[in-house]
Amino acid sequence: MTIKIGVVTFPGTLDDRDAQRAVRLAGAEAVPLWHADANLHKVDAVVLPGGFSYGDYLRCGAIAAQAPVTAEIIKAANGGLPVLGICNGFQVLVEAHLLPGGLIRNENQHFICRDQRLRVENVNTPWTNEFALNEEITIPLKNGEGGYIADEETLKRLEGEGLVAFRYLDSNPNGSMNDIAGLRNERGNVVGLMPHPEHAVEPGFGPDTNIAMKSGVDGLKFFTSVIHSLVNA
Amino acid sequence: MPKIIVEVMPKEVLLDPAGKSVNNALHRKGHKDITAVRIGKRIELHFDRPVTDADIADAQKIGESFLSNAVIEDVVSVTVQN
Repeated sequence: MTIKIGVVTFPGTLDDRDAQRAVRLAGAEAVPLWHADANLHKVDAVVLPGGFSYGDYLRCGAIAAQAPVTAEIIKAANGGLPVLGICNGFQVLVEAHLLPGGLIRNENQHFICRDQRLRVENVNTPWTNEFALNEEITIPLKNGEGGYIADEETLKRLEGEGLVAFRYLDSNPNGSMNDIAGLRNERGNVVGLMPHPEHAVEPGFGPDTNIAMKSGVDGLKFFTSVIHSLVNA
Repeated sequence: MPKIIVEVMPKEVLLDPAGKSVNNALHRKGHKDITAVRIGKRIELHFDRPVTDADIADAQKIGESFLSNAVIEDVVSVTVQN
């Protein structure tokens, strides 16, 4: 059985090809999904990749959250379809109310691009089940508006219910509340994070590790996790 | 042409990095009496017919649901300019 994972392209999306490649390297078939197409083509999961959808006009992810394909994703996500939002994709999930809170400009006002250490805080999702709880991973981060915020009540709920999926380690790059780098929804099928797992899936192109330069492939587990959970569903 | 003007501001409690940056620059230029700068958005909705009360109510709704994100921003005014 071939697992089909849809990768959405909005006008302004940058990392769709990288996400498709990550899907293929993990062993699934990548299905391109177009923003204006109100059809998910029977995919088994969806990735909302990074970039600057619709130029990030109005707010990051705000216009993409209203796109025809997003309406289908919202419906499918509410029915349990695994959805992963990376960077701009995370912003789209928040603007589409599939995840709570908001993302604002980085506290230091700079666009940041670096290899970022993270702690995996929740492994009970289709996108994280191959990680060990509290595993420390390194994947690239590149964003200008990655400061996670939520009101006090939401933050308390996220922490209380264990919905924080990833936390920044070493230093908080953007002023995110509680060092939050990524979240899951209550059901667990929707996961969003600012750093980019699809850029750490292939030796020679990932973050540096103690073993060799650019050899980090911690991001691959996101994609093998979802395949694993779909095959065993 | 008539238009409805929706103004959106970052929430008071929120750090506004753009505003803070402009404030710092103004201080460097000697405008020390300015205590803070906040930067928001002005969005104009243009019409080629007179604006009705229903349009204004609609604009308020659009403002709160799409033009602003209630987590981080407030719609601070919806006005008509004929």
